Amino acid sequence: MTAALNPDIEFREVAKRYGAVTAVSGINLSIPPAAFVALLGPSGCGKTTCLRMIAGFEQPSEGQVLIRGQDMAGTPPYRRPVNMVFQQYALFPHLDVENNVAYGLRQQRPRLSTREIRLRAGEALAMVQLAGYGHRKVHELSGGQQQRVALARALVNKPAVLLLDEPLAALDKKLRTDMQIELQNLQRELGITFVLVTHDQEEALSMSDFVCVMNRGSIVQIGQPNEVYHEPADLFVADFVGKTNLLPGKVSGRADGLVELRLANGSTISARSRGNLAKGDDTTVSLRPEALRLEAPGRGTLQGVVRNRIFLGATVEYAIEVPVLGTLMATADHQFFQGNLFEPGEPVAIGFAPGTPLAFPGIKENGTKQRETRNVEIIS
Amino acid sequence: MPGSPLRRKLLTTLLLAPAGAWLIVFLVLPFIAIIIFSVGERAPEGGYQAALTLTQYANLPARAAAFWNTLILAPVGAFACLLVAYPVAYYLALKASQRWRLILLALIVIPFWTSLLMRTYAWMYILGGRGIPTLLAYVGIEDLRLINTPGAVLLGIVYGYLPLMILPIYVSLERLDRRLLEASADLGAKPVSTFFGITFRLSLPGVTTGFSLVMILLLGEYLIPTMLGGGKVFFLGNALVDLFLQSRNWPFGSAIAVTLVLVSVVVLIIANRVSSRFSGARQVDLI
Repeated sequence: MTAALNPDIEFREVAKRYGAVTAVSGINLSIPPAAFVALLGPSGCGKTTCLRMIAGFEQPSEGQVLIRGQDMAGTPPYRRPVNMVFQQYALFPHLDVENNVAYGLRQQRPRLSTREIRLRAGEALAMVQLAGYGHRKVHELSGGQQQRVALARALVNKPAVLLLDEPLAALDKKLRTDMQIELQNLQRELGITFVLVTHDQEEALSMSDFVCVMNRGSIVQIGQPNEVYHEPADLFVADFVGKTNLLPGKVSGRADGLVELRLANGSTISARSRGNLAKGDDTTVSLRPEALRLEAPGRGTLQGVVRNRIFLGATVEYAIEVPVLGTLMATADHQFFQGNLFEPGEPVAIGFAPGTPLAFPGIKENGTKQRETRNVEIIS
Repeated sequence: MPGSPLRRKLLTTLLLAPAGAWLIVFLVLPFIAIIIFSVGERAPEGGYQAALTLTQYANLPARAAAFWNTLILAPVGAFACLLVAYPVAYYLALKASQRWRLILLALIVIPFWTSLLMRTYAWMYILGGRGIPTLLAYVGIEDLRLINTPGAVLLGIVYGYLPLMILPIYVSLERLDRRLLEASADLGAKPVSTFFGITFRLSLPGVTTGFSLVMILLLGEYLIPTMLGGGKVFFLGNALVDLFLQSRNWPFGSAIAVTLVLVSVVVLIIANRVSSRFSGARQVDLI
């Protein structure tokens, strides 16, 4: 009766230790049926460990992993109703494309007829647009095609849940975007749960219904992509998901549910508080590049000089040097600023809509932006 | 002119010369001599007398028993080696910890530092009258004969050639991508299916290398059958020694040797075919 209400995947107080090293701990997660969920985090955050516990390659040291309401403790990978698309695909080098895809079908008991195996393998290949590639050797295919074979191989057994371990990491940018769309379409058509592990926040935000942000072996935030982006639970999420400017400051007062804070250069701004902040506390304020408004000098809150301008078509990205505070990134809507580009070296003022700055407790240590800054905007 | 084509050619020639000379003097020339001997006649006082006849080859059936024994022993011995070697190589490559792997590999290789003759002598004593049979007599098992039996020869062969089988299989298993095993399990394959469908299949190049290596060496094996088989089981190796050194019938011995080399070549070709067929992308269903 309750089976239909069960989440597809459930973690209950799961911890995984390797000797003295704790990979993940206190994981509680419930993934509803037919959802596209991304486990997002930097390398070493434990996201792959979680995926491998679902697949059955790792057993939790504590707690339970349930698939469709059934505790999976002691259930080997080959008896679990999940299939995985491996990082770098792990295709069988001695089998051709069709036999790679048919591998899972051949394992079924009672045995399927040869004709049915061929039929279903063919269907799976057609689903990933590789019809007619059945007799190719795996190493003759391009990376993108191998990726599709891996997908067809994992889907051919009609799993309850499809696990994807950094599936797009090895593809080039253009192909990656195509595959993102294709994976989304596939997930909707099949109506099964996809669990995607990625360190690429852009990929996580663009593809999934829910993002589960992980850091240092714990879940930091679970939410829809826009929640995670606009309402980050803590400083780590604010920094990791999307681009942002982080500025240290001190709380100087509270007003109207907002906190007043003083930045290092003496300017005062008001921000929405995320967490407990009292007067005198150290704080870090997060300013999304697209929330910054560029104005004529003297009018905004902060005064700076344009250092670089990156023209991106629909938007323009500016690097603006503000004395004492350092360089801030600002994204300007090109439509809005039509014909009104700031030139490098030009003085400019920065303002922001009230409520867009977010203040977090604590000071982010140096090296805030270890991540490479890509010339690509994820902001839609 | 440094690096000129002529100079490079000269350098290549110089570097290859020692190995080339060695091959020509100790392999090609003797083999040509053997082929010439094999179409000759036995001199009245023994040795070789020039002639051009196929009599020696026509006489091969006289040694049919030796051929037969050898053609049975070599594959059976190689197969016995494989049966013992595979689990060891599997454990070493996939199960053993880094430290144990080194220790075990050393334990497998170290006996090689002692000559095979000495090690086979040791087995002669272990299996001989005062060895295991004496010990068994204490617990009431009397009159057990171990030495000079085909079983003893097989044991000696497995013991002597095991490392040659283990190492190539170990190398091919060690190179195996573990994620393929996970992928197989993930797709619903039970451990036995994964073993035959993925692990064993992808280790076949190592298996065929080890198998053909051991089998070819066994085709010419002389020492082990003599010492542990007591000359009762007669092999081609023994036949050759007998013909060249005892009855001094060089032409007939040469004919046997040439035939043996041909058989070895055939074995190599078959092994090569099998290896490329199974490890290549072509699919042959074993399960």
